[in-house]
Amino acid sequence: MMWRIQVVLLLAFSAVSDAYGQDTDLLSLLGNDDVTEYATAAFKTNRVINLHSLESTAGGVLDFKINHRFGFINGGPYEFFGLDNAMMRLGFDYGITDQLTVGIGRSSFQKSFDGFLKYKILRQSTGKKVMPVTLAVLASSSLNSVKWADPTRDNYFSSRLFYTYQLIVGRKFSDRLSLQLSPTLVHRNLVATRAEKNDVYALGAAGRIKLTNRLAINAEYIYVLPDQLGPDYHNSLSLGVDIETGGHVFQLHFTNSTSMIEKGFITETVGQWEKGGIHFGFNVSRVFTIVDRTKHR
Amino acid sequence: MKKGIFAVCVFLMGSSALLGQKYFTKDGKVSFYSDAPMEKIEAHNTKAASVIDAENGQMEFAVLIKAFQFEKALMQEHFNENYMESSTYPKASFKGKIEDPGKLKLNENGTYETNVTGDLTIHGVTKSVTTPATFTVQDGQVVGKAMFTILIEDYGVKIPSVVKDKIAKEVKIDIESQYLPMDAKS
Repeated sequence: MMWRIQVVLLLAFSAVSDAYGQDTDLLSLLGNDDVTEYATAAFKTNRVINLHSLESTAGGVLDFKINHRFGFINGGPYEFFGLDNAMMRLGFDYGITDQLTVGIGRSSFQKSFDGFLKYKILRQSTGKKVMPVTLAVLASSSLNSVKWADPTRDNYFSSRLFYTYQLIVGRKFSDRLSLQLSPTLVHRNLVATRAEKNDVYALGAAGRIKLTNRLAINAEYIYVLPDQLGPDYHNSLSLGVDIETGGHVFQLHFTNSTSMIEKGFITETVGQWEKGGIHFGFNVSRVFTIVDRTKHR
Repeated sequence: MKKGIFAVCVFLMGSSALLGQKYFTKDGKVSFYSDAPMEKIEAHNTKAASVIDAENGQMEFAVLIKAFQFEKALMQEHFNENYMESSTYPKASFKGKIEDPGKLKLNENGTYETNVTGDLTIHGVTKSVTTPATFTVQDGQVVGKAMFTILIEDYGVKIPSVVKDKIAKEVKIDIESQYLPMDAKS
């Protein structure tokens, strides 16, 4: 009787130890530790073309922006199809954290200064924490410093100021395709006529298709809700390519917007694509690492 | 007689625990270094998972590519997006065997020099790798260390000619993991 029990026990234990010993997939013993994986690089840089993309500047990184818009192509051969003229914006964006970006800029067009704050509220992720979209909020303001057109009337400093509030909601659908929507409110302290609204509501839509690891095409369109702007203003449409070369991103594009700041390209776009009112332009982004990330953490 | 059964049980349990003992880590360190004329690149991953089966010397190792931390955020992005294509190949893994597992007594304090041979999979390409490794045992804790060099092109990672001065052809990989005994019941 007893020896039977012993044999049974012996067999049972050897079976157990065998089962362990013959495991071919050892790592499965650790169980599935679900980690949250955040989607990254939905766009090559924090701008689509003019619009802010859903990406932020990484924490501790300074992004120097050099943006140019040449003149309108319909200036013809005399203006060398716009290349004789250029508007530019110089800017610095800095990532305080991976979520919070601040930026300043100066545009030659309207001699504008601008600044913005951008905060990533939600990050698209899979795994332990599932979040289908990335959501960011942007607040920017700008100051038009051109001399008053009519110095004899009462001019207020506040009339020079513009504010933009924008939500950016988007998703990297695949390695190739990212799409985003940007509902926007632009507030203008001073407008030219009573028919033009101080508060302008608009909806931006943008996307990119990645062709290769270093080349992508981008498009953005901003629909301004009707009856808010004067008749000379049009919706902004821009098409371009992103070329990435190590530390730089070159964005080459065609756009009917002259300004490179929110209040400008959303509410003051005068170019019309169908009439050749198109600028060729580029953005160059060069990043500098200010804070070593490995020490940062 | 009952005592006898008890003794046999204890012996069997003990021996199966020792023979089949497995050691694991979930926070192993994997670093790599690329030392090119123009730029030195290094990245660290402290979330490597690994299991060693002390009985037969089998071991496995896996790291998430996205968990490598770089000094420069852009480098990290390019590493994932352009070189390792980590959304397609999220993990690098190693599956192999410790030479002479009999000599390696992970339940006795000491330092053991040995070789580890197995299949290293990076960027979806598997190559056979042999590297010297050191195991140091101290009171049930096992520290495994290994250092070896791989050729980037062996693993099908393409380097564009414009950045060839910034990225070395060879990458040095440095591994250090602190293993703990795995609870036999788990």
